[in-house]
Amino acid sequence: MSSIISISGVTKTYATGFKALKEINLDIERGEIFALLGPNGAGKTTLISIVCGIVNRSSGSVTVDGHDIGRDYRAARSLIGLVPQELTIDAFETVWATVNYSRGLFGKAPDKAFVEKVLRDLSLWDKKDAKAITLSGGMKRRLMIAKALSHEPRVLFLDEPTAGVDVELRQDMWAMVRRLREDGVTIILTTHYIEEAEAMADRVGVINRGEIILVEGKAELMRKLGRKQMTLELRAPLAALPVGLSRYALELSADGNELTYTYDSQSDRPGVASLIRDLEAAGIQFHDLDTKNSTLEEIFVNLLRQEP
Amino acid sequence: MNRHAAMNLRAVWAIYRMEMARAFRTVLQSIVSPVISTSLYFVVFGSAIGSRITEIDGISYGAFIVPGLMMLSLLTQSISNASFAIYFPKFVGSIYELLSAPVSYLEIIIAYVGGAATKSIMLGLIILATAALFVPLRIEHPFWMIAFLVLTAVTFSLFGFIIGIWAKTFEQLQLVPLLIVTPLTFLGGSFYSIHMLPGIWKTITLFNPVVYLISGFRWSFYGKADVSVGVSLGMTLVFLAACIAIVAWIFRTGYRLRN
Repeated sequence: MSSIISISGVTKTYATGFKALKEINLDIERGEIFALLGPNGAGKTTLISIVCGIVNRSSGSVTVDGHDIGRDYRAARSLIGLVPQELTIDAFETVWATVNYSRGLFGKAPDKAFVEKVLRDLSLWDKKDAKAITLSGGMKRRLMIAKALSHEPRVLFLDEPTAGVDVELRQDMWAMVRRLREDGVTIILTTHYIEEAEAMADRVGVINRGEIILVEGKAELMRKLGRKQMTLELRAPLAALPVGLSRYALELSADGNELTYTYDSQSDRPGVASLIRDLEAAGIQFHDLDTKNSTLEEIFVNLLRQEP
Repeated sequence: MNRHAAMNLRAVWAIYRMEMARAFRTVLQSIVSPVISTSLYFVVFGSAIGSRITEIDGISYGAFIVPGLMMLSLLTQSISNASFAIYFPKFVGSIYELLSAPVSYLEIIIAYVGGAATKSIMLGLIILATAALFVPLRIEHPFWMIAFLVLTAVTFSLFGFIIGIWAKTFEQLQLVPLLIVTPLTFLGGSFYSIHMLPGIWKTITLFNPVVYLISGFRWSFYGKADVSVGVSLGMTLVFLAACIAIVAWIFRTGYRLRN
């Protein structure tokens, strides 16, 4: 796959001297769903704002489908739709007027049928004559999305799309993201809800203190950094771990009824099979066993912890 | 579209239409209130006080103040329209869309300043029509009257746009119109000829740019001016050029927009 967005050497230092971004290099592949994860203040929104033309970069270059965002800003920006984090809408405009306005702003010829389809897809059609100020928070969020989709973008940025959004809207939103992806739209999203990145993203980038600390395919990331845990429920409580089992990273619960073994899913040394054999040899019996993979969230927390 | 492509006229039209829609939505504030305040000026200055004032330059006082009144509204409304139009999206954050859109600064300016200027020109004409109900009017140089009207509306809309970008608070937004423009307009000969001022004040007044606007505008009505029309036109163009230069600088640096 070729990259649709190419960010190289981008830095941003605000007038206050705050270095929001230090040397960002990142390529977004055509048609993928890319999740940008990072704690508050990591630089996610600054990075998105630079690509979209809202904030000037201090140095570096960005191209969108080969168009430089500075020299060739018209071509670059007309490909991008942005749904910002904050619900910022001219409150006194109607839904219909503001979505058509967005389409015009991006230089597209009026197309009532298309705008109607966008509004219907987002369950906003009934509200088309309502003023933005009268809409609920969730409806306003839908309206922001409708505005971003009104000009048929090839790249869609969703900045914290599901912050403070109810379950129904969240599911609608993910259904929409999947549909857009089927149409070949590239989607870049930032989120705090890592389980969503886990469910949706093809690749994950982690940004912290203005630096990209990792970019990986989600599956590889889970495999590489993920850990497995096996929990054994013992038939009889143990007072202490037998000496013969010390080579395993075992943890005994306070009541002595549960034994937890954490291991790297990449290597199987020392393996699960040998642990079970050794348990049997030591005369420790169990009546149930449970294994689980670490979630992206745990991986993420670990990554940030490792940062100096 | 590439960078050699023509202007994004659809965007200009979209913004312009949105701005005009705002005016019609707030029709009471945009149109009715200036009509009422103009009528009040005529009742007070035209009839009540004006009846005791002799003619100025051979023009009845009521008619004399019409160009000044139009200018007064034109200046303040152009500034407030344009400054609010750009400040408000900045304030609520919806400016993100404008900044992320494939529009050039020139297109943004044409749309916003065009919208604000259109509104104040309409307003000027409404005031003129209202005035015609109170006093006999004549316009000797209609072409120049329209030219001054348009030029002033555009210049001060541009000035308002600059204020709107510069302002960080609503207070700052009101500051310049209130503390600078209104005094300059009142002292710029809206209600008198500067020849009526005593010696030194006449000279000081010549540093007031509004004097030239009002003088030139009044000349287009009655053929009488405080300063020569050429100078009036020149000063207006100088102010327009200054505003354009400031706007160009703002956009080159992204001042208070993209930082």
